[in-house]
Amino acid sequence: MTLVHNFPFFSILLCMAAGIFTSVLKQRAAKALTFAVVAAVLVLSALTLRLTLTLEDAYAFMMGHFPAPWGNEIRIGRLEALMATGFSAVMLISLIAGMWHTPTVVSEQKVNLYCIMIDLALAAVLVLIYTNDLFTVYVFIEIMTIASCALVVVRQNGHTLVAITRYMIMHLFASGLLLMGIAMLYGITGHLLMVPLHDAVAHIVQTGEHMGPLTVVIGLITAGLTIKSAMFPFHGWAPDTYAFAPPLSSAILSGIISKSYIFVLIKFFYRVIGMDVIVSQQITPFLFVCGVSGMIIGSILAISQRDIRRMIAYSSVAQIGYIYMGLGIGTDAGVEAALFQMLVHAAVKSLLFLSAYELINVSGDRKRFRYLHGAGYRNVPAGIVFTIAAMSMVGIPFTGGFIVKLNLAISGIAMGGWMRALVLIALALSTLLNSVYFLHTVVSIYRKPTQEMEYPQVQKTPPHVAAALFVSALFIIYLGVGSEPILRVIETGLRTFS
Amino acid sequence: MWQLLYENLEQTVAVILFGIGFSILLLQRNLIRKIIGLNIMDTAIYLFLASMGYIHGQKAPIVVDGITSTVAYINPVPAGLVLTGIVVSVSFTGIMLALTIRLYRRYHTLDIDEIALLARGEDA
Amino acid sequence: MSKRRSDWESRPQARIRKWYREGFLALDNEIIDHLTRTTPQPPYTEDRLVAQQEEMASRQHERTLALERLDQHNVLAWARTRGRKAISRFYVVLALALSALMIFFLLETVALMPRFGDPATPGANIVSERYITKGLEETGAVNIVAGMILDYRAFDTLGESTVLFIAASAVLILLRIDRNKDGSPVQELIAAESDDRHYEPRNDRILQGSAMILTPIILLYGIYIILNGHLSPGGGFSGGAIISAGLILYLSAFGFEKAGRFFTNKTFTWVSFFSLMFYALAKAYSFYCGANGIPSGIPLGTPGAILSSGLIMPLNIAVGMVVACTMYIFYALFRKGGL
Repeated sequence: MTLVHNFPFFSILLCMAAGIFTSVLKQRAAKALTFAVVAAVLVLSALTLRLTLTLEDAYAFMMGHFPAPWGNEIRIGRLEALMATGFSAVMLISLIAGMWHTPTVVSEQKVNLYCIMIDLALAAVLVLIYTNDLFTVYVFIEIMTIASCALVVVRQNGHTLVAITRYMIMHLFASGLLLMGIAMLYGITGHLLMVPLHDAVAHIVQTGEHMGPLTVVIGLITAGLTIKSAMFPFHGWAPDTYAFAPPLSSAILSGIISKSYIFVLIKFFYRVIGMDVIVSQQITPFLFVCGVSGMIIGSILAISQRDIRRMIAYSSVAQIGYIYMGLGIGTDAGVEAALFQMLVHAAVKSLLFLSAYELINVSGDRKRFRYLHGAGYRNVPAGIVFTIAAMSMVGIPFTGGFIVKLNLAISGIAMGGWMRALVLIALALSTLLNSVYFLHTVVSIYRKPTQEMEYPQVQKTPPHVAAALFVSALFIIYLGVGSEPILRVIETGLRTFS
Repeated sequence: MWQLLYENLEQTVAVILFGIGFSILLLQRNLIRKIIGLNIMDTAIYLFLASMGYIHGQKAPIVVDGITSTVAYINPVPAGLVLTGIVVSVSFTGIMLALTIRLYRRYHTLDIDEIALLARGEDA
Repeated sequence: MSKRRSDWESRPQARIRKWYREGFLALDNEIIDHLTRTTPQPPYTEDRLVAQQEEMASRQHERTLALERLDQHNVLAWARTRGRKAISRFYVVLALALSALMIFFLLETVALMPRFGDPATPGANIVSERYITKGLEETGAVNIVAGMILDYRAFDTLGESTVLFIAASAVLILLRIDRNKDGSPVQELIAAESDDRHYEPRNDRILQGSAMILTPIILLYGIYIILNGHLSPGGGFSGGAIISAGLILYLSAFGFEKAGRFFTNKTFTWVSFFSLMFYALAKAYSFYCGANGIPSGIPLGTPGAILSSGLIMPLNIAVGMVVACTMYIFYALFRKGGL
């Protein structure tokens, strides 16, 4: 085992230690440490990705002196390394582009607490990506839930408090379901690590003993994770939480954290239960239907919003629907498309939230569309970047969103039957609806203000923020133009994932 | 089925408690009662987990007189999991109570619907 | 000059010297002095009940005003319609049905689960077998559960302590009331102080008397449970909770000023920082050694002795301190937004 093999472990530990260390730091030092840690995690993850590309198979890393069925373990393959790299890159860009607003939303003495939450949220994301133990998943999901709660309530007005109360009630209920599922699964298998669990589950499926409880377990854990990732009928908590949180928190929450829950769900399907069992237990049609209805209804709700942030939040519900539709198709091709959508959406959504906040900022902190007229001229970089991100949401060629829709359509056509028709209709309809509300937004930010309005002079966007936004926009275009290598990594990674 | 449920009495009770906690969570509008409902749900899960590890006639997993044999002690794993779960639910209860205090200071009521109405009247 | 002197006197050794020379009374007087100097006295009416009722009435009035304001914006119109009532009744029925359905499904599942108390449940497999038969030898802990959570599955437990830490930080974000930049108290802090003095018991003889007797016993018992975590039932989490109960009892009997002698915000920050950092670094070392096949070189000692089982006892102490600090800070924040 070389030093590079240790890098995932180092990145997890670095985040946790930084979170603990930040509690004794002052404002500036805390911010600097957070930036340094996230950058270091990005570098470590990229090096891990390079290593895993040279390896044939994924490798396990013991957390302690005891091997698989006894001690904790993390498991590193291409897919995990790719996700970690993608998410930490999005995190770094969001930090650079969003951190300069913190003085307006976070009181000065609480900046270090805010940084703790960012560090530990990243640590939890990394652990959820890498871990190979079902109970570790539970513990770190709780860390993530608390961290995202705190990331929202740093801005303390009535709206965030009410939104976060809803959020907490839904998430605590979901945690209860998840823990109940894990407890039952332990009861019928006697294992907590994923690889021995898979063998035990295969045994149950073969003999048929305890098959009923196994179905309930799959249902409970799927329900818990889909509630936490705001799948359509359970999305009630999401729009308010995303819309009223500080911009950086919205970017992190909707871009990265909600995706981690879905990654855990995919891991549960592939590594613990086995995708064939999931398909034969009729879980995938349920996810498919929820995904499709989320795509349509989320978009319709987004059209009816008057506040730009709520519009983006509802479009997030629609985009999560794409991921669940890919999962619900149930083939490897569908899941690959879903995984690619997770990467694209992480980049696009954080970019949308951050650039929308820049546009709001130059319009005197007013969020309604009619006040945003001309915002694209008042802040040129944010306007351009917002337009590119919106193009990706609609699915214009040469952006990441196009490749996602293409792959989803291809995997849907391969299915045949009612699913093929439904996939194509849903994609066409949701593209149409997406273009309606994003076109409306882009037009309204480039429209001349109708009546004379006073816009206060605000601090100009610093060059490094504009640069970060542009880098992220270039990344989205790269995902649309040069997606081939990434898709190949996802494809080969998924094969060694289980 | 009744016979089977009676044999698994602890788990049956746990599951019913879980449902009770869930219905309290859904039906009560008072925040404090909602928190109590959540705690009932969590406690039910711990009862469920703890019952999973018990084996008739065997002792708690503390090594006595150097005997290390599986027929002497019950399964230690659920105990560890319950411990972790308790710590998590304590943390959550703390945060929920803190939120409740914040909301009460702001709106002078604990009714979640009323709070939501009052918040809607504010500027975003 | 006077400022520097008073700064120096707030340090522990100065306090101990003062207590040694002049006794408790001098310290108490100093605290009273300090308080009258920094925070203005709250408006204190003779009849507490009247004040309380007045306050409640004014709050009620405020709320009705807010609701009336809402009414003007027509937000409440919907809430009063019949449709709204029908929906809420429908919601109740739906919620009850959902709960009943869930209980039914879970009961069906329970009927199919392995039998309670059966020696041949799936749980009694190679995993628990190794914990029981080899646990003593491999971890050195007589308490198999302690060995399991702090050695075999230590990463989960590291996460668990982090949950406590992050929860404390989240409650700090929610409830801590910060002073202004120049150190003067903000309006909210003064209000919270006066609220706290208004409603909490002060100088209650019975409470103080029992706290005098009970606090040392509770603290000792907690310490005993933490130190014996690897030998008997208990460990860092339970011991820490007991210690925090003792501290909270002391705080509610004697008030923040006296408790502030040994426990301040700084104590909280630094104690939890050092314990968690120690925990993370110790476990990082052991994970690194384990994964790379390097022997960790930590002696396990004789099983049953207090100084045995390698890292488990120090880790228990670290966890215990984190738990005690977290619970205490929860209580303090709930009461008046800080220590």
